Amino acid sequence: MKPTIRVQSDDFEIATEIQILTAGNPDVGAVVTFTGVCRDEAGQLAALELEHYPGMAEQEISRIASQAGERWPLTGLAAIHRFGRIRPGENIVLVIAASKHRQAAFEAASFLMDFMKSRAPFWKKEIFLDGTEGGWVDARSTDEDALDRWLQE
Amino acid sequence: MVKLVYFAWVRERIGKSEEEIVLPDNVSTVGDLLDHLKERGEEYRNALEHSDVIRVALDHHHSQHDAAIGGANEIALFPPMTGG
Repeated sequence: MKPTIRVQSDDFEIATEIQILTAGNPDVGAVVTFTGVCRDEAGQLAALELEHYPGMAEQEISRIASQAGERWPLTGLAAIHRFGRIRPGENIVLVIAASKHRQAAFEAASFLMDFMKSRAPFWKKEIFLDGTEGGWVDARSTDEDALDRWLQE
Repeated sequence: MVKLVYFAWVRERIGKSEEEIVLPDNVSTVGDLLDHLKERGEEYRNALEHSDVIRVALDHHHSQHDAAIGGANEIALFPPMTGG
């Protein structure tokens, strides 16, 4: 199982990505997807500007995905993370985990997402409708806490 | 020579996205490097003031502040990540 990892400015099409991951694989019994979407923040937000570390972003997501592949019996795993200017309602990130049974797919998708939030080198800056910059989004301690449950198990 | 790359508010406060420097002999760990950079000017002190929150990657791998720099070619400094 070789994970599909992409870091791109373009949007992605969820149905297409699921089809690519599962086509011709009769062992797939469960497909879990997670899509992260840019929130509107009470109508004030014009866009998020996502900065990333080219090279390391792909490598780090690959490392996290490999760990997920060792931990759960997956038949397919994909992670796509966008960068650049992303407006409210637009996609930011997609995770797809496929397995024979649902439990592994749910857990692997959750694991991959939790680690991507705190370990993949991306940073969000808020751009408000009046053109002012809202500053860099602060990392949440709850995101860091989310990693602990995977590390303790 | 080692290449330093900066991201997000670390990049903005230092005022550049990358540079090459010669590491002094007394800089052997990531923490030593942060201390050394703070002596390079006010913009560096502003960026690295709360150095405990600064995250560091050696050749694209997350590293702790007590890690040895060794033969790293590219060292990245950045704030906690907010992807996803």
